[in-house]
Amino acid sequence: MNIEWYIVLSALLFATGASGILIRRSPLVILLCLELMLNAGNLALVAFSRMVGNQEGQVFAIVVMVIAACEVVVGLGLIVAIFRRKLPLDVDDLRELRG
Amino acid sequence: MEAVLFFFSAIGALGGAIAVVALRNPFFSVLALIVHLFSLAALFLLLTAAFVAAAQVVVYAGAVMVLYVFVVAYVGGDGESAWEPIPGQRLLAPLLAIALFIELSVAVLSSALLALGTHGPEVSPGFGDPAAIGRLLLERFLLPFEASSILLLLAAVGAIVLAGRKRETA
Repeated sequence: MNIEWYIVLSALLFATGASGILIRRSPLVILLCLELMLNAGNLALVAFSRMVGNQEGQVFAIVVMVIAACEVVVGLGLIVAIFRRKLPLDVDDLRELRG
Repeated sequence: MEAVLFFFSAIGALGGAIAVVALRNPFFSVLALIVHLFSLAALFLLLTAAFVAAAQVVVYAGAVMVLYVFVVAYVGGDGESAWEPIPGQRLLAPLLAIALFIELSVAVLSSALLALGTHGPEVSPGFGDPAAIGRLLLERFLLPFEASSILLLLAAVGAIVLAGRKRETA
């Protein structure tokens, strides 16, 4: 398969994740959609690394995985903390900081 | 053969992604994300990135998703209310996503990257295997490697601080 197919698929996955973040209101599902977007970025990185014939893009993809794992850990910690304080798990209800 | 594998994995990845967005129950969304991650691992294998594919399956689909399943089971996945703060949000968001997809595709496909229409150059058999990636990580990218390990440690400590039970100080 030509590299452009992978790139277009990655753009499609990224757009799907972005629409999920815009539509959904549960913080859990928003985190899942963030994962979708990060994975789309990973796919593009690996595809470009294959296109250039250079393995450094794969190292970038691994670093992105590490960042995603950190983001998940902190995000899930926040969700558990919100749940413990009996606050609603809905990003539209949790908008005191918005003014 | 490669095209068949690509289309099966692409359908799996895209179907998983759409299911994550569309399913009401967060638990099913997590399961759909696992399908998506396995399909992406197959795509990475097609792109001769064996180590990234293995890390995807072991770290992502294994460890991270188990964390998700635990939190969803703890928090309880009830559906969202139908109340919409911005009228028409559910209609506007997919339109914006389609616009984003078209824009990204146009931006990449109309760029001057001539190699986009090829399979990429011929690579040696060891391309992307653990030995090659490990050598890169520990020689050329040693500093980012150590920095990401510190970041992981910080995230773990931060999660414990955020989610841990407060000591009762009467």
